[in-house]
Amino acid sequence: MSGLRFGYGINRPRAIDIDSNDLRKSNEILREMPELQTCIGCGSCTASCTAGNLTEFNFRRVHTLVRRGEYRSAYEEMNKCMLCGKCRLVCPRGINTRGVAMLIKRKLGDF
Amino acid sequence: MKPKVVIAGGGAAGMAVALRLERLGVEPVIVEREERLGGKVRGWHKLFPTFTPAAEVLDPLVAQIGRRGIECRTGAAVEALSEHGVKLASGQTIEADAVVVATGFTLFDARRKEEYGYGIYDNVVTSADLERMMNEGAVRLADGSTPRRIALLHCVGSRDEKVCQRHCSKVCCITGVKQAIELKKMFPEADVFNFYMDIRMFGAGYEELYREAQQSYNIHFVRGRISEASPMINGRIQIKAEDTLTGRPLRMSIDMLVLLAGMRANDDNAALAASAGLALAPNGFMQSADPFLGAVRSPRRGIFYAGAVTAPKSLADTLAEASLTADAVMDYLNSVQR
Amino acid sequence: MRRSSWQDYQKEIADDKYYYARSCIRQNFFPGSEKAFLDIIRNDLGRDVKDDPLHTSCTGIGYHADVVPFETIMTVVARQFALMGEAGYENFISSCITSFGIYTEILNTWEEFPETEERTREYLYKATGRELVKPRTLAHTSDIVFHFRDSIAGKMRRPLINVYTGRPLRVVEHIGCHYAKIFPKSGIGGSEFPYVLAGMIESWGGEVVDYPERRHCCGFGFRNYLVQANRGYSIANSQKKLESMAPYRPDFIVANCPGCAMFLDKWQYAIAEMEGTIYGADGHGIPVLTYEEMAGLVLGYDPWQLGMQMHQVDVEPLLDKMGVEYDPAAKYLGQDGKYIGKPERTVVNDGCQGSIYDMKR
Repeated sequence: MSGLRFGYGINRPRAIDIDSNDLRKSNEILREMPELQTCIGCGSCTASCTAGNLTEFNFRRVHTLVRRGEYRSAYEEMNKCMLCGKCRLVCPRGINTRGVAMLIKRKLGDF
Repeated sequence: MKPKVVIAGGGAAGMAVALRLERLGVEPVIVEREERLGGKVRGWHKLFPTFTPAAEVLDPLVAQIGRRGIECRTGAAVEALSEHGVKLASGQTIEADAVVVATGFTLFDARRKEEYGYGIYDNVVTSADLERMMNEGAVRLADGSTPRRIALLHCVGSRDEKVCQRHCSKVCCITGVKQAIELKKMFPEADVFNFYMDIRMFGAGYEELYREAQQSYNIHFVRGRISEASPMINGRIQIKAEDTLTGRPLRMSIDMLVLLAGMRANDDNAALAASAGLALAPNGFMQSADPFLGAVRSPRRGIFYAGAVTAPKSLADTLAEASLTADAVMDYLNSVQR
Repeated sequence: MRRSSWQDYQKEIADDKYYYARSCIRQNFFPGSEKAFLDIIRNDLGRDVKDDPLHTSCTGIGYHADVVPFETIMTVVARQFALMGEAGYENFISSCITSFGIYTEILNTWEEFPETEERTREYLYKATGRELVKPRTLAHTSDIVFHFRDSIAGKMRRPLINVYTGRPLRVVEHIGCHYAKIFPKSGIGGSEFPYVLAGMIESWGGEVVDYPERRHCCGFGFRNYLVQANRGYSIANSQKKLESMAPYRPDFIVANCPGCAMFLDKWQYAIAEMEGTIYGADGHGIPVLTYEEMAGLVLGYDPWQLGMQMHQVDVEPLLDKMGVEYDPAAKYLGQDGKYIGKPERTVVNDGCQGSIYDMKR
């Protein structure tokens, strides 16, 4: 509805609200690739990322958000990945990060 | 005549020192504040990182103390000490040739972190409460139902200047991982979250268990400290934190909040230290003579330390240290007898 | 609600002889509240309180909006204290939470950094010729009402009971951030479980509602709402609270801070007009009271004498629930009986969208 305008809007909450997020896709992704859960947030993937050094792309942040049920623009973000494989080379937990990028794209194309 | 050594504290540290000294030809006397031996481990269910039942470690210690006929004064608190013995709260004194202080630590009172509502809201429990519930064979919510979502919060009463506890309590990280796995085994359908500031997996097998918790048990780890817990209309608890790895605030409702309560220095450390001319570390724990070469010695000859009275320690570290303490006591006894 | 911790946080509250510092903004938004406080303290409780026309704003709004430097505000505050000393009082009480926070902060600053007190003393003397006298006790006026809550209960004419159901009224209490979040020991019950308003509610028969966003700020924040461009997140804070409390169906909100009471009241109007959302029952906003108004109603004061016609959210549904007898025709008559004008219809009071267009015309 359009009501009175006072020259400002009402900000929407920025918080990740786990209760209102639909975690089904996130759970599916973790079921297919449980190793993603072992990420310790070291940032090696993002540090070595070809795309991340030249664009806003942050692989670690995007997949962490996906795990919290925040899917918006994850697909577009993952499209920035060049699939060069460097991140997988450096991951200390041995996560198939390249596979994660592909999986997120496969699962979250609709978001 | 055998030399006599008084050991203040009948927990794991005190018992292990007593047993070792007895083997080495000393007459140990344990003075324990509680009515029973065992200390903090007595309330514990299973031990990290192997899920060994705590009783499997504790019971043999207690049994051996009985079998070897080691004298135990339970229900007696040490009020003052010197290298020549201790004075009990009852006014009684026990003379000895050396004294070991193994009085351990105090569990941080989680009520002091008021924002989590421990003692006010149902289903906010401490790690110690959870162990007790597991010992009693029933982990459930106040209304008898089973939890569907559980959060464990690390560093409650540790690394926190607001409650004058700057130090790391060392064992809570791995306890959080252990308890998360236990909860997940009990409630496979439940989502289990760990909220942490850092994960400090210092011991053998700890990091491996952490990884297993993530990969095999799908336990979520969120790097961020819960800022408050509040009651919800449906009886659940709302928690807020920052998911620092995404840079966004995060909130969710949970059924149970487990506060990983830290280890703090005993309130009577200061009085004990003053009575014997000992020193306290800035965090209130007893200060050893030297962190490398004199970790189990006090600055005063004839007074020794064992276990968590000098710093937060795991049970494994405590038991290992007990032998060092006994060894140092023997060196001292031999030197003064000569 | 179990509030086991509130007794740990106590402070000395004087029993009599107060020097009263008013708020800058309350007389616009809740114009009867300060008068009600003075009447209750003097007439109902027989205490001595000095309402001194010489005192000024504490300049807190300017301070928090970055236009008044700390040295200046310390000197202004020192002058208020000097006036208290000159009037022969030593118990300083403040009507405003912002001011209370500032007095607390400055007294603590002087304690921790004695050189700042000496400098302020000098500035004050040079500027006004007055001598700084520090108060023996400092309290917020809600502390004073809390202190006398049982005496007030003894004189109670209308408890916080729903006369239709006989059940306690459900009350949301909101504490101004600067009451105890900066110095938890300065507030009754500390910062997490403040008891200052809850104690009044419980003493007078009501039931306190604890809800998830109870501790959240109302969003006032000075420079934040002062700048129009920032109001979107200012109002969002109040909205967050209102959404969180609405499921509990509170009968009213009571606040102890001028800004909070104003925001929780006026933002309900703004949200209703902007988005059509109304948080109270029956298409009506949740009435927002000051604690003086709450005490006044409990003691049998006339709601229009308390200034409750100036609320954005109409209070009549609450008055009816409490069994308050009032003259609807007298609502918009001023103290002298003259018609003071009537607000346009609003969504928050009428629950209908039509009013929006009435207003636009």
